[in-house]
Amino acid sequence: MVVGIVPFGLIFGTLASSAGLSPWAALAMSALVYAGSAQFIAITLLAAGVGLPVIIATTLVVNLRHLLYSATMQPYVRELSRPWRAFLGHFLTDEAFAVLYNRFSSPRGGVDHRRYYLGVALTLYAAWTGSTAIGVLLGNVVPGIQHWGLEFAMVASFVGIVVPQLKNRAQIAAALTAGIVALLAHGLPYQLGLMVAALTAVAVGMMLERTMAPAEGET
Amino acid sequence: MNTVLLLAGMASVTYVLRVGFWFGAGDSLPVWFKRALRYVPVAVLTAIIVPAVLLKDGAFDLDIHNARLVGALATGLIVWRFNHLLAGIGGGLLVFVLWRWLSPLLTAWM
Repeated sequence: MVVGIVPFGLIFGTLASSAGLSPWAALAMSALVYAGSAQFIAITLLAAGVGLPVIIATTLVVNLRHLLYSATMQPYVRELSRPWRAFLGHFLTDEAFAVLYNRFSSPRGGVDHRRYYLGVALTLYAAWTGSTAIGVLLGNVVPGIQHWGLEFAMVASFVGIVVPQLKNRAQIAAALTAGIVALLAHGLPYQLGLMVAALTAVAVGMMLERTMAPAEGET
Repeated sequence: MNTVLLLAGMASVTYVLRVGFWFGAGDSLPVWFKRALRYVPVAVLTAIIVPAVLLKDGAFDLDIHNARLVGALATGLIVWRFNHLLAGIGGGLLVFVLWRWLSPLLTAWM
């Protein structure tokens, strides 16, 4: 997991300054928001001059999946005290959820939930914030590193996330809708085109799923 | 842009979603919501990618010098074929850099 996180932390740290974030703001974003894809999207939007409300709304939509993790993890953290839950909640990322849920739901059982969660949480957190810090340093020490084409690494990573998801007609239709509406709605004020495109695409995906055989919709 | 507000907004929105079910609120999500979530990554990311790759200063940029388009296609192809995210990003980045560097030379030479 750590191996998968570090390259993105490095790239995020390196690019954050070219998007107009100060080194401390970049580090604070990794420490406080601690959500890789939302952070990448935020600096992409920042660099494009998108306003604060749209960036926060996009963060909300992109991070909605954490509600699903929260609901799924609930039985395993119920026994913990409120302060522990409040603290550990911050570290519930995609990667942490994958590791924790895999272990807690395993028939092997027999693991102290609080200690295991804390160990996973701090390891992944150190990897993300540490690699962000190194990336920020690289961005400031190596002259012109922002012009090496790293800004394209974000587009590439988004493409790389989308492609494996295009497994059925509903997802493909959602992608086509998102792309076409985003182009058509590009001129909307406050860069609302992104939201309009994303919500239309989700609606199209769901509608198409309903008309398909259930088996295909589930894949 | 107020950076403190940006960070506070993004952080609190994310945190609330993470602990959303841990403090006494209901313990399951409606089925339609779970279904909608499956389309969010594709919807949001494609809505970002397509204009970023195809537009330049708000107008279509479909000529041979568009290294972003070529790089994105390369990433898509690698990930589709080999199902390896980092290889796709690295390969696409390489194609992007080479294309940006070579395509002006190519047209100058032709």
